[in-house]
Amino acid sequence: MTGRRILMALAAPVSAFAFSVLISSAVLIAVGTNPIDAWAEMLSFGMRLETLVETSNRATPLYLAGIAVAIGFRMNLFNIGVEGQYTIAALLAASAGAAVSLPAPLHILFIIIVAMIVGSLFSGVAGYLKVTRGVHEVISTIMLNAIAWAMVGYLMRTWLADPNDTTLNLKTREIAESGRFPNLNGILQTFTRDIKGGRELGGFIIIAVIAGIVFHLYLTRTRSGYDLRITGLNPFAAEASGVDPKATVVRAMLLSGAVAGLIGLPEILGDDFKYDLSFTKGLGFAGIAVALIGRNHPAGIAVGALLFGWLDSAAPILDVRGDAPREIVSILQGVVVLSAVVAYEVASRARQTQEARDTAIATAAPTDTGSDKPEGEAGA
Amino acid sequence: MNPVPLKESRALRWMVAILGLVLVLSLTQELARPETTDLISAGTAASTLRRAVPILLAGLGGIWAERAGVVNIGLEGMMILGTWFGAWGALEFGPWWGIAIGIAGGAAGGLLHAVATVGFGVDHIISGVAINILAPGITRFLSREIFAKQSGGGITQSPRVESVGHFDVPFVSGGEIFGWATPDIFGWIDDRGWFVVSDLFAVASGITSNVSWATLLAIALVPGTVYVLWRTPFGLRVRSCGEHPVAADSLGVNVYRMKYAAVVISGGMAGFGGAFIAIEQTGIYREAQTQGRGFIGLATVIFGNWQPLGAFLGSILFGFADALQLRDRTAVHALLLLTGVAVGLIALRSLKRSQPVGAGVLLLISALMLWWYLVTDSVMSELPPVTPHIATLIVLVFATSRLRMPAADGMRYRKGQE
Amino acid sequence: MPPATAVELTGITKRFPGVIANDDVHIRVAEGEIHAVVGENGAGKSTLMKILYGMLVPDEGQMTVGGEVVSFSSPGEAIDRGIGMVHQHFMLADNLTVMENVILGAEPLRRGAIDLDAARASLEKLGASYGLDIHPDDMVETLEVGERQRVEIIKVLYRGARILILDEPTAVLVPQEVEELFRNLRELKAQGHTIIFIDHKLTEVLAIADTITVLRAGRTVTTVDAGDVTAQELAELMIGGDLPSPSTTTHQIDDHVTLSLAGVTVTGDDQREALSDVDLAIHRGEILGVAGVEGNGQGELIEAILGLRQLAGGSLTFNGEDISEWPVRRRRESGIGYVPEDRHRRGLLLDAPLWENAMLGHQTVEPFAKGSLIDRAGARNATEAIVSRFDIRTPGIDTTARSLSGGNQQKLVIGREIAANPLLLIAAHPTRGIDVGAQAAVWEELRRVRTKGLSVLLISADLHELIGLADRLVVMLGGKVVAELDPADTTPRLLGSHMTGADVENGEPAQ
Repeated sequence: MTGRRILMALAAPVSAFAFSVLISSAVLIAVGTNPIDAWAEMLSFGMRLETLVETSNRATPLYLAGIAVAIGFRMNLFNIGVEGQYTIAALLAASAGAAVSLPAPLHILFIIIVAMIVGSLFSGVAGYLKVTRGVHEVISTIMLNAIAWAMVGYLMRTWLADPNDTTLNLKTREIAESGRFPNLNGILQTFTRDIKGGRELGGFIIIAVIAGIVFHLYLTRTRSGYDLRITGLNPFAAEASGVDPKATVVRAMLLSGAVAGLIGLPEILGDDFKYDLSFTKGLGFAGIAVALIGRNHPAGIAVGALLFGWLDSAAPILDVRGDAPREIVSILQGVVVLSAVVAYEVASRARQTQEARDTAIATAAPTDTGSDKPEGEAGA
Repeated sequence: MNPVPLKESRALRWMVAILGLVLVLSLTQELARPETTDLISAGTAASTLRRAVPILLAGLGGIWAERAGVVNIGLEGMMILGTWFGAWGALEFGPWWGIAIGIAGGAAGGLLHAVATVGFGVDHIISGVAINILAPGITRFLSREIFAKQSGGGITQSPRVESVGHFDVPFVSGGEIFGWATPDIFGWIDDRGWFVVSDLFAVASGITSNVSWATLLAIALVPGTVYVLWRTPFGLRVRSCGEHPVAADSLGVNVYRMKYAAVVISGGMAGFGGAFIAIEQTGIYREAQTQGRGFIGLATVIFGNWQPLGAFLGSILFGFADALQLRDRTAVHALLLLTGVAVGLIALRSLKRSQPVGAGVLLLISALMLWWYLVTDSVMSELPPVTPHIATLIVLVFATSRLRMPAADGMRYRKGQE
Repeated sequence: MPPATAVELTGITKRFPGVIANDDVHIRVAEGEIHAVVGENGAGKSTLMKILYGMLVPDEGQMTVGGEVVSFSSPGEAIDRGIGMVHQHFMLADNLTVMENVILGAEPLRRGAIDLDAARASLEKLGASYGLDIHPDDMVETLEVGERQRVEIIKVLYRGARILILDEPTAVLVPQEVEELFRNLRELKAQGHTIIFIDHKLTEVLAIADTITVLRAGRTVTTVDAGDVTAQELAELMIGGDLPSPSTTTHQIDDHVTLSLAGVTVTGDDQREALSDVDLAIHRGEILGVAGVEGNGQGELIEAILGLRQLAGGSLTFNGEDISEWPVRRRRESGIGYVPEDRHRRGLLLDAPLWENAMLGHQTVEPFAKGSLIDRAGARNATEAIVSRFDIRTPGIDTTARSLSGGNQQKLVIGREIAANPLLLIAAHPTRGIDVGAQAAVWEELRRVRTKGLSVLLISADLHELIGLADRLVVMLGGKVVAELDPADTTPRLLGSHMTGADVENGEPAQ
């Protein structure tokens, strides 16, 4: 039984990925490239230690973004605003971090807390508008994204700009040594060889893993997580069971924003130590993709984040060798998302039908089956 | 109830409203002189119209999909497809073909959305998001394959493309008829500098001179959409799918087919909007040049209460905000004065309706805006581009209860289920 | 000479996964008659009519219409054959006009556009010729229930239907509207239309039908002339034995008041007063039955007691404490159980496993929770206990609620509420839509817990259920309690007259 369940659960994402590879291969053939060469090239380059380190570094913020999105998705709240939330959180956390000096662990903790608070305040606006004024969060978060970018632009140009900077490249002041997150090269290198090319395995992956575990425990082991989940499954039943729907919406939005606040920190704390114009954009939207691929499950999101991270890390070899355009990866990623959501839908229907049949067979009593059909079939 | 006087009074109300708006803008401009002269001018009007068109097209696209019960936040992605295919078509076959191919590109995005949401029953928001992720991937790849190999193009942009051409309306804006240049009456009155009157004709002149044929086509889609959705069997059937698909099915309407058609049309409109940006507005394809206009289009759907005319007004408003900040930032500063006064008036009205708390908040906002106007010389450059977003939030916060979205909007429909 | 056959169904069989909804059904409907199809909930009436109307395709069997063999794959094909259906849940779009709703799918054309004038004219003509009062340009959202039903009938006639199927048309109507409907139906019959009428209210069926076909458990039992049977005989045919009317057993009711409402007033979704100044008291060990035509404030009454709806006036006292301002959770924790009228909407998480459903509404208390954590082991054990105690047929507690049959879903809901040992149980239509066996089990369980001191607020549309189970009855009409009755000397007729507000002066309340 459980074996079949796992198989059914894996069938959808695996076939979606296979389908995407097929489509991308067809596209490559259409532009006159041999797809097998291209994939083989990516595979061999992608297995190098340096590429895997890069994969981990790319997957870390993607994973956090996926978790942030999934917290909302689990109760049918669409936080499209992760994009804006993490950007403004990163800017303010970087500025706050540069403004204080504290002992190392406290300094990092302080920056993390600032980022989480800023992220949740920003997403909280959408939650507040939803429960008090009935404004749909999809629209409000889309609008708040634009507002967040405008605020970031303004603050960078004015109050938070590094006053000592003489170049035209706007940036905040740098965070002191004590506020920088250590890398994991030392640990990794005890197991493998030295990492070449000055690459570092970002330490923030530990925070990401903790976030994933906490998310999972919260959903499955706490009353609050149960309330959040059942609100997603059936808001009317949840309300009748004593869940305060408004409080749950606000709580989910705040939690989602808090995790969103972390997304930019691997870059701020581990790499740049400041916020500048080159700060990575688009992680919020990519997080939606990753959450969709991972079906809002912490393990699934990890797979999605690693897949996207790996594709991004391995793709440049295509340009170096000139075998195929590396942009094929963006097509592959787009197709994976769309085909995964379709595949999950199909699989979940198949599972419902299968289960209804199993239950009917398992419980069939000779006397009264005729009149009492499974109600779920009729939908609600 | 006799319909004729109603129509007349409605037309009258419209005229009064437009005149009133021009009057207010003229007054504001007089007060703000010499700081700005561009708050209301032929140039601003023309620019407003040009900037409104892509937003309008996205908005109409949103209306088509949502009237059929499919939420389309993939408009942005479909618009992106429109920009690329529009530019490519224009380069390969000429500008009109560019528009057509841009429409086809957007429609293909719409078809994908329809397959996912209608065919497979995927949640509309999720499918829309997926399309917004997929579209830039496709265009990036195609640019790399095609534009990057052309001279003047690159991975993120195309060579320059030609526009479909422009015209001046004869007799009012000096358009030609068979080679004879007619007088430019509106422009002449504009130049006289008569208070209010000249401003009114300046606006008229702006929107009748040097108009793109594509703009004309886009605007024709407003009455076109009204006609098709409210006067034809196809339109009634589409709307019935957005209101009560089970009922429509029970009367033999093919709900799936209607939804497919409406969402493909929706994508086509967004694609047209994208093509317009590339071909008419900028004359080039550039990556990410839609700048979230698909989302603003979605906002006009809500803003306009799911009515084409409402979306049109919304797009004009947003186009105006867009135009002002590009042409004359000091004009935006003058708008602070206008907004401050307007909010103050609304506050007074709330006070009269004995809503003291709301009135207090509004009065405070009004005072803040006036203070802001007085102590500054300009507003930060980041503000004008987000005025549509702020305006949408404000509308949603204060008017949600008065909005009427299609009853079955966003719901998954499967035949045979109630 | 016997009249020609309008419709004949022979050997119709329709299976759903694991279930046979129609099993070898035979029905012959003569032209120009009113033919009633009766049966208990779940007897397969609706499935059969959906087959006849092309919404479902039968697995076996044959249909003839006007003597010709037909098979429909969509309602459109049935419409083409002159068959029309008036659905139980109206198929009307609120945000379209009456006319748009009627002409949808069969729009009159002029130069490619809808010919609005022609449409309006034909609607008015139809309305006039059948005595149906309608206004083509009204928005449907502004119409009353009776008017909506007339629009539905017009919709069918507009398509030229000669054969009309009405699926439980009286379920939503008050008696005056039922009279009006029957007048309309007789008018249609007089003009030669054939009417197939689905119902389970036997007195109504006997009043209107010429011929009656009885279905039971998906099979045809018999077809009889309306003049040849009594209601009691019909009931026996439907149920296949004696009427399982619940019998009253005398027992002692406590003086202790579990719940009292004093002057409770609430506003409905339409901003009108849905409950006006309601006073009620439920004692320990008492089943208080609430009778009334649906939509007279029963739903709002439940919501007010649960805390899902704010009070606009008055107060609620539960077990000696004023709970008027308490949130839902606190009320439920203090001992209010709830069996909702629609288990799919408010009672179950269809896609969650049974054990997560069993803790719904009790997720904050033992054995389901420990502090702020979920006690998974405790919850699973408790669920196993509920499943075996209430005889819920399921392969296991990890099965989703969706895959259970309706009766087992309902047993799960009732079981989890009773297992939590509440002081007060709100049971709204507890036997709606479940089979006879499950129904008897539910009744038995309610009687049993009542003798153990539980108070039950029973809201039901089934008058036999109310009279049989309740110790005391109140009748609601227009958001007010209009009568209080002793079930021992109440008849369905007396109750009915209070429910409709008719005849209240003549038939004095019992107390």
